[in-house]
Amino acid sequence: MAEKIKSIVIKFAGDSGDGMQLTGTNFTTNAALFGNDIATFPDFPAEIRAPQGTLPGVSGFQLHFGSVEVDSPGDNCDVLVAMNAAALKTNLKQLKKGGLIIVDTAGFESKNLKLAGYAPDQNPIENDTLSKYQLQKIDVTKLTKETLVDSGLDGKSVSRCKNMFVLGYVYWIFGRSLQSTIDEITRAFTKKPELRDANIQVLKAGFNFGETVETVAHKVEVAPAKRESGTYRNIIGNHATALGLIAASVKSKLSLFYGTYPITPASEILHELAKHKNFGVVTFQAEDEIAAVAATIGASFGGSLGVTGTSGPGLALKGESISLAVSLELPLVVIDVQRAGPSTGMPTKTEQADLLFAMYGRHGEAPLPIIAAKSPADCFEASFEACKIALQHTTPVILLTDGYVANSSEPWKFPTEKELQEIKVEYVTELNDETFLPYKRDEKLARNIALPGTKGLEHRIGGLEKEDLTGNISYDPQNHETMVRNRAKKVKMIANYIPELEVELGNKKGKVLVLGWGGTYGSIRAAVKQAISEGKDVSHAHIRYLNPFPKNTLELLNSFEHVLVAEINTGQLAHLLKAEFLLHVNSFTKVQGQPFAKHEVYEAISKFF
Amino acid sequence: MNNAVNFEPYSAKELETDQEIRWCPGCGDFAILKQVQITIPKLNIPRENIVFISGIGCSSRFPYYMNTYGMHSIHGRATAIATGLKVARPDLSVWVITGDGDSLSIGGNHLIHILRRNVDVNILLFNNQIYGLTKGQYSPTSELNKITKSSPVGTLDNPFNPLALALGSGATFVARSIDKEARHLQKMIERTHLHKGASLLEIYQNCNIFNDNAFEVFGNKTSQKTNAIFLEHAAPLIFGDKEDALGIVLDAYKPRVVKMADGYSENDLWIHDEQDIFKAQILARFFDTEDFPRPFGVIYAREQISFEKAVQNQLEQEKVQKSNIDLSVLLAGNQTWTVN
Repeated sequence: MAEKIKSIVIKFAGDSGDGMQLTGTNFTTNAALFGNDIATFPDFPAEIRAPQGTLPGVSGFQLHFGSVEVDSPGDNCDVLVAMNAAALKTNLKQLKKGGLIIVDTAGFESKNLKLAGYAPDQNPIENDTLSKYQLQKIDVTKLTKETLVDSGLDGKSVSRCKNMFVLGYVYWIFGRSLQSTIDEITRAFTKKPELRDANIQVLKAGFNFGETVETVAHKVEVAPAKRESGTYRNIIGNHATALGLIAASVKSKLSLFYGTYPITPASEILHELAKHKNFGVVTFQAEDEIAAVAATIGASFGGSLGVTGTSGPGLALKGESISLAVSLELPLVVIDVQRAGPSTGMPTKTEQADLLFAMYGRHGEAPLPIIAAKSPADCFEASFEACKIALQHTTPVILLTDGYVANSSEPWKFPTEKELQEIKVEYVTELNDETFLPYKRDEKLARNIALPGTKGLEHRIGGLEKEDLTGNISYDPQNHETMVRNRAKKVKMIANYIPELEVELGNKKGKVLVLGWGGTYGSIRAAVKQAISEGKDVSHAHIRYLNPFPKNTLELLNSFEHVLVAEINTGQLAHLLKAEFLLHVNSFTKVQGQPFAKHEVYEAISKFF
Repeated sequence: MNNAVNFEPYSAKELETDQEIRWCPGCGDFAILKQVQITIPKLNIPRENIVFISGIGCSSRFPYYMNTYGMHSIHGRATAIATGLKVARPDLSVWVITGDGDSLSIGGNHLIHILRRNVDVNILLFNNQIYGLTKGQYSPTSELNKITKSSPVGTLDNPFNPLALALGSGATFVARSIDKEARHLQKMIERTHLHKGASLLEIYQNCNIFNDNAFEVFGNKTSQKTNAIFLEHAAPLIFGDKEDALGIVLDAYKPRVVKMADGYSENDLWIHDEQDIFKAQILARFFDTEDFPRPFGVIYAREQISFEKAVQNQLEQEKVQKSNIDLSVLLAGNQTWTVN
């Protein structure tokens, strides 16, 4: 009989060449298709193949799946898969007491022990280091070799299959079907049938190993989660961002132009978009970050939906061009998948430290709207919304996601084409005044846009200050003031077109409000949920629109005795709130390149009680 | 968008705008503007389909004086902006107006990449070998040892050879003209337009305030005879006075100036072939030495599919291959599950 458990956190850890990300992704898809709620956290080094067997070379994939609502990837693991000594050493502190460790014994030879910093006579899987845990030792390397002894594959290819053995064994523990992974392998190796067969064979061997050999681990059942009815898929944040852009392109009837330069952790948006050229998507891999945004501005001038994507260092390079777009008042979406900075910082690690830069990082008075995505699936709506605002308010928009949200995944109740609203874009196509007035505005203060190719509306725009209405060059003092204020007012007025801030969990007014933004959503939600279950008067609100703030922001914050702003930086949203509202807020911050653990937020909340 | 069917002819006058021209009196930019305005109406492009994009610098004010679509952008980025525009809108005739500082210093990266990609954009590079708008500092084309405000005891950096740079970048059309040669300039502007791919036309332009007469030796009718050579496709390289004509022969790969009077006939001379990249490289190198006249005209022209066309072809192919995938199918992905 399988033990029934509500939710499990499992971490696959190994060398960065061991295929742990692939293993984790496959298990995630499997859990999602099974109907579990899930949250994932891939954590990997920046190096493609960091020195083998070393501590910095460890790549991990953490998955939290359950029959109940799962908000975050989980603070501690129930199950740790360690392919070598370094993977064990780096992750052991995260394992719950009594938790299950599955190790590949071949990864604990003297060389591995030395690289991981264990003394030669202190092999942790041979002495009592792991006595507080359940230890399942398997010689995965040897069993994989034996499984493939007749395959005719070379040693390297055989070795690459060993992650499938572990995956098969883990599937046995949780009583899962192998089918989703067999499908995935079949898709991945359409042109290499010998590798397809080998991977499937080893996957099955891992499963059968659990079935036939009496192992320490016993079977565990995690039932499907109850959730809103509908059709779901699993999705990572960067893919959701890409799909949001394509959806906005279809619904606005504009071609999508994505100009970019490869940068971690944003490149996956480019990779995804490049697969979908059948939607008329142009992906332009430019010579640098500046050309990427400049070409996008050119495409937007021509009537495309212009989007450029990057991470912090690239946003810095794009600054001058974004100011040009502010001045031209052309639609432009700039995606910043934030990573730990400054400078190169920690490229594969997450952070929310570009908020003030997005807000203020331009020369001159150059305000623009800022939106942040709160979860992997939410990246879809956030990018769709960013496009809509850019197009309808004739302005560049910055969309902030982060490395955590970008690489993590969750179930997504995806919409159909019909369910998505149209994005209405109106270009001027004929002369309505004596001459064409490119800087004449509508009720939203969005300006008249006429596309090149429109007869009779020939006109010039530029980065020099423009005369109100005509767009001709003007150095008139009063005119400059008018234009600066018009541009700012246009951005401020967007508050009239966005939803109000809502309390997502807890009372509408009360003692403590935890306010977050972006990718901290899941951890904050989980912590607040726990506090509420213990009877604490705590609520959670999450800001998507960071500039302008929703109209009711101050009113909502004033409904609580204390506002706790939790963010992965040193207090940037707190700073903006103080500046905007002269309001006292408490800050809970962390800058370690890692998302919040639930207990960290929970402890910060507890200080108010 | 409009096409040639409802194309109405327009005059050079109609290409002027109501904006007051802010260049210094006597600036070479006036002559170039005039030749562009004279030439474009002859090219059969509807006025609304023309876009001039510029960067920053004296010449970059140009779009404001052309009654077409235009964008005066930021320093060095006109070529990148034009790339995005042309890829998004292959139907437009896209022109870049840039200077030696704009395209060879701050925008050098974008220049070499638009050339290597072969985006069908016409680049008019106004080279005056000086920074005019910032009032007289040396530029990346200023000659060595030049005295300027920012180099009171002489420059130490070697100048670019813009056409050699362009050829090195894989440019498919490279030409040179000069502000003083109205007809030649008009012809070169036309050739620049006719070439389907990135075209670089370097135009020697006099800055009469900060670098007066920099190109006098090529513009003056007398000195021009021995210092400049005007290339014609399939014609021999001959220059100098009629009575005292000079020619250029190629000894293997080495060019040599000869006096025609020394018994040479035109058949002995180097015959210009626009499509010969090796000869083009040698011609571009005439710049490096005073032993040779400076070549003007089309140095090199080769047909090759333009970038935006290749992009469009790929989009069309993908649309045919994946015609069954609509947005709903895309959003659903490969693996879904349903909760009742």
